[in-house]
Amino acid sequence: MAETPDRRSTARGEGAVATDTDLPPSALDEKVREAEDKKWTPGKIALWAAIALLGGVAWFMLAIIRGETVNAIWFVFASVCTYLIGYRFYSKVIERYITRPDDRRATPAEYKADGKDYVRTDRNVLFGHHFAAIAGAGPLVGPVIAAQMGYLPGTIWIIIGVVLAGAVQDYLVMFFSMRRGGRSLGQMAREELGVIGGTAALIATLLIMVIIVAILALVVVNALGESPWGVFSVGMTIPIALFMGVYLRYLRPGKIMEVSLIGFVLLMAAIIGGGIVAETPWGADIFTLDKVTIAWGLIVYGFIAAILPVWLLLAPRDYLSTFMKIGVIVMLALAIIVVRPEITVPAFSEFASRDNGPVFPGALFPFLFVTIACGALSGFHALISSGTTPKLVEKERQTRFIGYGGMLMESFVAIMALVAAISIDRGLYFAMNAPAALTGGTVETAATWVNSLGLAGVNITPDFLAQTAANVGEESIVSRTGGAPTLAVGLAHIMQQFIGGTAMMAFWYHFAIMFEALFILTAVDAGTRVARFMLQDSIGNFVPKFKEHSWRPGAWLCTAIMVAAWGAVLLMGVTDPLGGINTLFPLFGIANQLLAAIALSVCLAIVAKQGTFKYLWIVALPLAFAAVVTITASYQKIFSSTPAVGYFANNAAFSKALAEGKTEFGTAKSVAAMEAVVRNTAIQGWLSVIFVVLSIIVIATALLATVRAFRNRADGEAARGNEDPARPSRVFAPAGLIPTPAERELMAEWDKVPAELRFERAGHH
Amino acid sequence: MSSGLAAVAKGFQGFARYFGGVLGADAYAKYLEHHQAVGHSAPPLSEREFWRDRTDRQDSNPQGRCC
Repeated sequence: MAETPDRRSTARGEGAVATDTDLPPSALDEKVREAEDKKWTPGKIALWAAIALLGGVAWFMLAIIRGETVNAIWFVFASVCTYLIGYRFYSKVIERYITRPDDRRATPAEYKADGKDYVRTDRNVLFGHHFAAIAGAGPLVGPVIAAQMGYLPGTIWIIIGVVLAGAVQDYLVMFFSMRRGGRSLGQMAREELGVIGGTAALIATLLIMVIIVAILALVVVNALGESPWGVFSVGMTIPIALFMGVYLRYLRPGKIMEVSLIGFVLLMAAIIGGGIVAETPWGADIFTLDKVTIAWGLIVYGFIAAILPVWLLLAPRDYLSTFMKIGVIVMLALAIIVVRPEITVPAFSEFASRDNGPVFPGALFPFLFVTIACGALSGFHALISSGTTPKLVEKERQTRFIGYGGMLMESFVAIMALVAAISIDRGLYFAMNAPAALTGGTVETAATWVNSLGLAGVNITPDFLAQTAANVGEESIVSRTGGAPTLAVGLAHIMQQFIGGTAMMAFWYHFAIMFEALFILTAVDAGTRVARFMLQDSIGNFVPKFKEHSWRPGAWLCTAIMVAAWGAVLLMGVTDPLGGINTLFPLFGIANQLLAAIALSVCLAIVAKQGTFKYLWIVALPLAFAAVVTITASYQKIFSSTPAVGYFANNAAFSKALAEGKTEFGTAKSVAAMEAVVRNTAIQGWLSVIFVVLSIIVIATALLATVRAFRNRADGEAARGNEDPARPSRVFAPAGLIPTPAERELMAEWDKVPAELRFERAGHH
Repeated sequence: MSSGLAAVAKGFQGFARYFGGVLGADAYAKYLEHHQAVGHSAPPLSEREFWRDRTDRQDSNPQGRCC
């Protein structure tokens, strides 16, 4: 223990970090910190024993007892206790053996401080900021769709997956990016994997962003189709955001809290107003739009939003979205804890052992693990964890709290979404989430179809479906696929027991639809912009003019290409005779997990180059799992002979039917629909092929880099060259949420330092 | 009573400050702090200029939002 600091500094070539003698130390003394960490007082032992016991009991209730019903509170206990144990023990293993943060080193926010992009930010504020950037509609949608299999598979994957995979990825990417001055995942991939791996990672990232934006947009379209209330209130977010933008730019610059509050009040007014407008004949007339129209509207909107200046639409809506995000999540957690709904869904449903579920096709392994991406392991986070947040971190040790802890928080959101979705009647769940091709689209046919599934304890009536629709203020809730409406019904169901009763259900339903749409529209805007810049930079390698970001024709052309790409996938999903969500959602999950595999590959190469072979398994484990899951899922999507699962099998079946001159086949009722299926499945199939090939290239180059590093073990130190040089830190801040006694002592010492000594004066341009 | 009220007010203020921090409402204050700390001779940007510059830089440097 005692020799740790010395061994560390020589092993990492950091002897150069000499701290200023005028100042108190910028890091806790290693020995003091270790002693504090390893000191187990009786109180501390009792606390952790209680957490472990409570978590154990909760898991026992969920997984073993499985009575007729299970109370939602056990989900909260099982998840929170597991997160605490994972955070306290597993993330510390990662910290000790892989990242090995050194608080004597300055972070980019300190040595590159510019008061604008690189700003030291309070760890608790940054935690909230980072969480708001990573959490969106994803963790709210995936678990709902996966509930088809019963509650237990999803629960286990979300909780265990985040501890061993998702949070590990977020933490490592954030830390490595921080050590590299806040470089993006793409830049790190190029540095660590070389040109081939780096280029494959770039193309894969670009394609994956297109798919993710398209499917998020599809979720919105499905939630708003034939819903005048939803269309009105979500549509109103655009003028509200424009107003906020103008207010911030011209009237009262910088008054963000104020404008967010105003925006929030307007948003509530829009939801209430939507209910009134949808009741009027003219309102119903104008705002009842079919899905294709909404999809086109979204495509046009997406293009305009991406070329408008940020201040006008994107920035203000981002404030609104963050405001809602934190509020909604706190509210949902409170409601679940207060209401504690009884769950009647079985742990494993009838579809857990089959591969023909109506919500998404395919067997539990691997498709459950791709259906729930966000909340367990989300590759998209690697794009946020690199670049933005690392430029704001104050001290190296804080990355564990922000990166690992932030992802645990998102996982908790996913658990709450799952609870909300399974708290509604199971028959209702299937009536809402199966495509219209199966339910027939009316309450009568849907009730008949659901009852014919032979699900235990399920018997619904058309009246029940009609009544539920009326309660939430919708014309119909049959085949409202995409997860968002189901979550909204679940949330309305829980919230009305908390505040307002049945009379408020319609409000809560549209409140939920509104915030999901808000998150998704922000992701669509931002995603289009980011993708456009990636495309511009890529084309810029051949046509240098494209690298000038202010060159309008180039910017517009690249925006148009990106919008056309996701717009095409969106329209394909909306018009798909097979249902859209059930064919495309697996592609979303596969894309997201492949991105995770790419991010973990980069981490693997970095860890290997550090010479940390003994603990390489910490990265290799989630990488292997993500690779196996996504490659198996892709393989089945490409080669499976079951038409519902394999894109090409379906393609062949429909092509054959067309060749035989049939005019209807399966759920496609016309020749045009059959041709659409042939076209869609071919595109989806080839997309799967491209994704998986690119990912295999990236993983292979990472493995090569790892093997090479293993061979050149002796040169391990030279390989650390991609990190920015170490510079001494001149600040101190605690690592976690609550400062430890030793940290408090050191903070008190720093408080005594005269203000003019505390900030770095040197090194400014 | 007034002390209880003051505690509530203080708690609310703390929360508002935290929330503002998460939204990024304190960016200008932090910029001024930085500006002063590094001892620039040039005067700092005004609040209006600062926010303009901030959003305009985001135009050419977009930040992703997650799903």
